[in-house]
Order: sequence, then structure tokens, then C-alpha cells
Amino acid sequence: MRILQIRKTDWAAGLEKSRKDHSLIGPVRERNNTSKFRELEVGEEPDFSITTTTMSPKSVVFPQSEVMFTYTTDKASPECNIMKVPKNDYSPRAIIGIRPFDAAAMNIVKKNFDTPDYRDPYWCDAYEACTFIGLAVTNPDSCDFSTSTNSGPFSTAGLDVLLVDTGDSFLAEVVTEKGASWMRSAGFDTKADHDAEETIATMRKEAEKKITSTVEFDNIDKKETLDLYNENFWESISFPCLNCGTCTYVCPTCWCFDIQDETAHKKGRRMKNWDSCMFPNFTIHTTGHNPRNTKLMRVRQRFMHKLKYHQSKYNQGIMCVGCGRCVTSCPVNIDIREVCKQMNS
Amino acid sequence: MINPYLPFPIRIEDIIVESEDRSLKTFKFVFLNPEDEEKFSYKAGQFAEISIPGQGEIPIGIASSPVEKGFIAFTVNRAGKVTSHLHNMKVGDVLGVRGPLGNPYPWDTMKGKNLLFIGGGFAFTTLRSSVVYLLHPDNRDKYGTIDVVYGSRSPGMLLYLDELQKWEARDDINMHITVDGTDDPNWKYNVGFVPPIAEEKAPKSAGDTYAIVCGPPIMIKFTLPVLEKLGYDHDHIILSLENRMKCGIGMCGRCGIGEQLVCKDGPVFTLAEVNNTPKEF
Amino acid sequence: MQSYSEKIKEIAIRLLKDETVEVVFGFREGTLPMASPPFAAKTVEDAEQLTWTSHCCINLANYLMDHKGKVAIFAKGCDCRSIVNHIGEGKVKREDLHIIGVPCKGMVERHTICTLFDDEIDEAVEEDDGTILVRGNGREEKYQKADVMRQCCKVCVHRNPGIYDELAAELVTIPDDIKRYREVEEVEELGVDERWNFFENLVSTCIRCYACRDACPTCYCPTCFVDEAQPQWVGKGDEEPDIMTFHILRAFHTAGRCTDCGACVSSCPMGINMRAFTKKLEKDCLDLWDWESGLTSDVRPALETYQPGDPEDNFK
Repeated sequence: MRILQIRKTDWAAGLEKSRKDHSLIGPVRERNNTSKFRELEVGEEPDFSITTTTMSPKSVVFPQSEVMFTYTTDKASPECNIMKVPKNDYSPRAIIGIRPFDAAAMNIVKKNFDTPDYRDPYWCDAYEACTFIGLAVTNPDSCDFSTSTNSGPFSTAGLDVLLVDTGDSFLAEVVTEKGASWMRSAGFDTKADHDAEETIATMRKEAEKKITSTVEFDNIDKKETLDLYNENFWESISFPCLNCGTCTYVCPTCWCFDIQDETAHKKGRRMKNWDSCMFPNFTIHTTGHNPRNTKLMRVRQRFMHKLKYHQSKYNQGIMCVGCGRCVTSCPVNIDIREVCKQMNS
Repeated sequence: MINPYLPFPIRIEDIIVESEDRSLKTFKFVFLNPEDEEKFSYKAGQFAEISIPGQGEIPIGIASSPVEKGFIAFTVNRAGKVTSHLHNMKVGDVLGVRGPLGNPYPWDTMKGKNLLFIGGGFAFTTLRSSVVYLLHPDNRDKYGTIDVVYGSRSPGMLLYLDELQKWEARDDINMHITVDGTDDPNWKYNVGFVPPIAEEKAPKSAGDTYAIVCGPPIMIKFTLPVLEKLGYDHDHIILSLENRMKCGIGMCGRCGIGEQLVCKDGPVFTLAEVNNTPKEF
Repeated sequence: MQSYSEKIKEIAIRLLKDETVEVVFGFREGTLPMASPPFAAKTVEDAEQLTWTSHCCINLANYLMDHKGKVAIFAKGCDCRSIVNHIGEGKVKREDLHIIGVPCKGMVERHTICTLFDDEIDEAVEEDDGTILVRGNGREEKYQKADVMRQCCKVCVHRNPGIYDELAAELVTIPDDIKRYREVEEVEELGVDERWNFFENLVSTCIRCYACRDACPTCYCPTCFVDEAQPQWVGKGDEEPDIMTFHILRAFHTAGRCTDCGACVSSCPMGINMRAFTKKLEKDCLDLWDWESGLTSDVRPALETYQPGDPEDNFK
């Protein structure tokens, strides 16, 4: 394991230095005590005091709205009705301070957008342009259950570098060559003390101990899909649900999207927009028939997808990284941990 | 690498009104770039996304057959935003197509077996593609008997009437055309709903026949018990499902039934598979 | 609110035992401090879980429309006014409802306390003296409920239920010095550009999850205008004009029907005060037509009717 040390007094200068070949994206506070990841302006530092941003960093590679193509519907044009691929910027960018659970989510979402049969170029190109400079979680939120989902506070899955805040400095565990390259670009090259690995291990244990919230899902995998589907508990679980899209929009692993054309004065663009299985429109047929026409069915779909279907399909755990965002953001406190417990029992 | 969302540009070459109420039209398209036809190499049972800038995209089964070269064809029911717009387009207009998408009927598995096609209404498109494929001299010997039960509301609503009549005259395919009702005294085929006609006319299966069923939900509902009665196992009954779709390539998530995505893992499923998954279609 | 909770359980158990109703809509304890999610109690055991806290921000009238059969509902003043509207608009039948009015002492959003405390919260205890004691991460803070309660509750003059079959507590006295529209006046006093900036900033964090719409008892259109495809009135992306169109149009659709229950604001994961739109329209309805929503089912709301003598100040 290669570990470097970054003194905090050198941090800001290093970040700025790395801008010569990377744009920087990081967590920032917004209005109303909310927070998200966005491009940092020159001189602006990522806000490491936020453990769990309100919105996950999935938007870095999967924006809420994105132009897929442009077109003209002007019949006088030889290009009429022919889709054009926009020139998107996929120059290198470093995501500074992404938390391990969110980086783990990238790996999960990658399974959907980068498959043996098809490759979503928008997601994949953006993803490949990213260097993920993670920040270990030393003060987990109470709704964090990431130790149960293999995406614990010091997990390096999906990361290129893992930063560990030790007070005056960061210990930087360099995970990939991409990460090493960003470190060089920032001029961070001081080797850490020989006991750094031990320090990280100790801090990791401490952080993991602080996470008391857990879920179990082994039995869900063993149960028959239709047995779970037909359980009675879906009625009480779904009762309070408003059918808003909050849980799916704050979730770092929810990847569903819509494709929409927007035209004005014969010029248009085909958009890829976030969508949500919570919305009735998600599944409604042109005939008006809706195969998931009740709130119960939609709530069930979300949890079955995350906790059952994904597990059976990929055999690599559940489609959840334990960040706790849906738990804290849900206006009616539908708690995935409780649902998981009921499904697993 | 190719962008799977980018449609191939196509031009409308011909439009055939298929039904007396003009709600069904067959569109023949040619590719603007001839090399795209190669890329759009398909098998019967697959579908494509017809893409009209400003209107959106719509998944439709491919009605032309892999043995027909130089064009692709789709029979489109005027229903929503995209299909209504398409119905108003003219020969020569340009639009796009993405595909082929999804899985075809299991042609390799079905080799050497007898085939029974049951279709209702305008869901006969991929069955037409299949029959044309099977009747091609290169393919006919590879399969056993072929029976087709096809019905619609009235004679004027039957698709591909000329072809149906030609097939009717052949001795290597057994046609069982029916309509729900008609006041045409010269109607020489069956009158009755598809399920009872199937019960009366379709061959029994002793594990040697595959049934491919496409039609409105109500027809499928009453046809399945008939097939069971005729001895068809659930893994010998093949359905083509429909769900709302956008991407068509298994990414946007909306067409899921359990862990399967209708667009990518289907749309062709055996009844045995469907029985094991939530009926969310 | 301990006394409220005891009484609420007692009433719910009675109504279920004597089969007055099949189900009771109320709130129960959530999995987080200060979370009180809506709950449908169908059995006596269920009813034991019912509670009443200062965090029952959701408007339960929203749940009535999906329900068939006889139902009891615990309803704050604002919830009752929404029920009155639903009866007037033919969405529910009075005879299917057993309304247990809950005189309201104001509600506090979890979000507000979380922001103020700015630390992990382990526990929040409501004391009888009108304070909320919050503990977490080795710290303790005490908040006056009157200071931290929702803005809609602070300016509410309809805290007592207006329609009910029984009451869960004694009626509360309403202060007579409430400045109902101070927040609206502050915006009205702004110049045109400042006002536009105010509204732009207001919705700048919106993610279009539609929690506001979905929590709103007034928003029950089978297909909301933002979801229409033919014609498509508004783009579905995250661009400001589309977001603004959604909020402004939604507000106008609720004009004269909104009861300022605040469920929209309380449900918003992004902390948006969309009441800035709806409260202004409430004020206009009062000023122009002397109309207040949810006080009677017998008269059609202000914007649903037209009289030749109607003021024209609203149309300019």
C-alpha cells in the first residue's frame, strides 16, 4: 500500500496546482442547509465538514438533465430530423472529497451503464474522465449503515485515492495509477511515516465501531421473488408514501432515467433526465394501462429492485451503499433499514 | 464505440393503410446511409425504437422479415404522441430508427419442431416477419408444420390481407383466419374469437410444438388455458411482452418485471419464465 | 404532547373496538428523532402505536382520497379545512368520515431543529413548558417551540378544528395579534427585479421530486400538468424556467383552495419555502374576494366562480 502525507497547510495550494490538468468538483453547502457536489471555482475549497451531502455525487457522471443530441425539424435543412451528437467536455476532472459509500455507488451504477452489450457513452465518458479522491468517514451520521453494505467508512472501492483526516494533515492512500497521477499533478509527494498504515487501520476500526446501524439481507437472496412480492407487509410499508421522487433522487445508486425531446423554433435537443419508479408516469402505457398503478406497487418495486432483484441478478450484494440519504430525506420517514429487516425476516 | 442512443437516419419509402379505420399503417423505410442496413441486421421477433425528433421514440416490433432486403417495415397503430405524428408524415420524410433491439423468437431452439402462431389484432407484426422468414425456401425445411391462427375484430381490420390469402393457398402452412364478427356474406374464413378457434383448429402438442402468442392482454388471457388443454408445456409457450420503454437497451429501468427487463431480457419470454416473475406488464 | 397521545390512543381503540370505523389515520413514532410518519391503524394493537407530537407536519387529509370505506382521521385545524374542501369538491363523503379534531399548538419541522443543532441528534424531548430539549454528540440544547415552529403555524388563525365529530383536546386560544401576511408584505415591498431574484433564489435548490405536490391535499389531479405529454406544457429537466413554471402554476392551481397547512414545505427535501407563492395568493383571495379556504363546503372557492361584480385587480 502506498501512503503519502499531505499537510493541511499545503492542501489548498496543491488543489490549485492540480487544476492545470484537472477541473475540480467537490462538496459545497447550498441554500437552506442543503449540500451537493459541483465544480469548484478557482480558490474555492471542497467543504469537508459535510459527511453526507443532501444530494449524492451521482450527478457528477449522471446529471439530472443532460443533452443527448441536438436536431432541427426545419424541412429546409438537409440535416432535418437527423440527430447530432453534441460536443461534450470529457476532460479530466477530480472529485475531491467523495465519501467511500458514494464511490462504491459508482461501481454499482457502472453495472447498468457499462454492459457487455451496450455502453452509455454519456455516463461512461464522464465516469472515465473522473479521478475519485475520496475522504474517509471519521464521524459517521447516525443513519449510516455502510458497514453492512461493503462500502464502509474507509472502503477504497471505486476510489483512486483515499484521504484520511488525521488533524493537521491527510494521509493519502493511493489506490490506482489514476490517483497517483492526480497526486503528482497536485505536487503531493511526501511519503508518510512508516506507521501510517497502522494509523489508518486504527482510525478505520474506530470509525466502523461508531456505525451502529446495520442491515442484513442474506435471507432476501434465498427467498423466492414472488413470495417476497406477495408479502402482506407492503401495505403498511407503503401507506405513508407520498409517491414523490425524493428517495430516488437523493440515492447514489438509483439510475433510472427518461428521454425527452424539447423543441423551440424548429431547433431541439433530446434530453436524458432523471426519472423515478415512484412516479405513476414511469410505467404508464399509451393505452392508459399502468402495470404499476398503485402506490403499493411502486414502493414495492423500489425496495424489491434494491434489495432483491439486484442481488439475484448480479450476485454482488444489494443495490444500496448504506449512505442513509433516503432515510433522512423521506418526508414520511420510510426507512429502508426497517423494510430490509421485514424482507429478510 | 457506437452510441446506442443514436438513431440511424431513415426515409419513408412507402405508406400502406392497413385497416379500414385507418388506425393502422405500414411504413416502409430505407436507410439514408446504405451501410446502416448492415448494422441493422435483425431476426424475426426483435423490435426497434422509431425516433422522431421533437416527438420522441416508440418501441415497435419489426414487421418486415430478415429475408426481405433493401427496406425495413413497421406496422404502426395510431395511439400516442409519436405514432400520431408518424401517421401524418409523408413519403420522403426523414426520421430515425434504433435497433434491432431485444431478443428474437428462439429460432435455434425451435429448429425441427412444429410451430403454432396465434395472433390477434395489430399484434401480428412480428408474426408476419416470422412467417415470411419461415416460408423462404432457405428456411422452410428446417421446421415442421406451421399453423397460424390470426383474428381481428372484422375483415377490414386484418393486417396484410393479400399475404394472408397467398399463404392460405399454400400447402406448407395451415392458416386459420378469423374475425370476431362480420356481415359480409362472402366471408369465407372463420367467425369467432381467437381462443375458441385455436381450440378447434390448432394442433395438439406432444412436446414437439412451440406456440408463439401475440395479441391484446384479453386474448392472451383466454388463449393460455386453451394451449394448456392442447398439451403445450409452459416452456413451449412463447410470449412477446410489451411495457413502456425509453432506452430499449436495458438502462433506463422502466420496463422491469422483477429482475428482467422487457427490452433487453425480452421482449420474448416463455410462459414458464413469465410465471416466475411479477406480472407487471 | 403526552396527554394528547394518550387521548388519541384511547379514542382510536374505542372507534376500532366498537367498529365505528375500519381504520384510523394518525401518526406514529418514526425511526428518527422528531419523525412522526402517517400511520393507518386497523387493529387495537396498531392503535397502541398512535402518537401525537409537535412533528405531525403531514396533512392527513391527503390520504383520504385513496381510501374506500369508513375511516377515522385525526385532524389539525388545517387538515380539517382540507377535509372541508375535499367534501366540497366531491373527493370524500362526510358520512364516510369520523373526524377527531386535534386543536393545534403548532408543528416543528425536524429539518429546522437539525439545522439549528447542527450535529447528530440522538434524542429530542418535548417538555410541557413549551420547550424542546435536544441531545446529541454530548451536547444539549433547549429550544422554545414558539420560536422554532413552522412559519405557517406561527401565523395560523385556524388552529382549532372547524369540522369534527369529537375533539381530542380542549380548544386552544388564538392570539389576536397575529400578523398573518407580514412575510408576504415583505416580498410585496420589494422592487420588481428584487422580487424576481427572491423567487429565483427561492426555487434554486429544487430537484423536481414533486414532494410538495404529492404532500398537498389540494394537488390531486389524476395527471398533473407537469406530467402531461399531449400537450406537454413544461419541460421535464432541471432548468430554471421549467422549475419556476411548475412552482408558479402549482401555486395558482391551489389558489383559493390552499389551507396553508405547510405540508409542502415540511416535505421538501431541499428546504424550499414554496409557501411564499401560495401565501401571497391566499392573501389576494382574502383581500379581493373576502375568501378563506376550507371554512365551508357549500360555497365554491374564489377562483372557481365568476360574478359580474368581482374585483378586477387580480387580472392585470
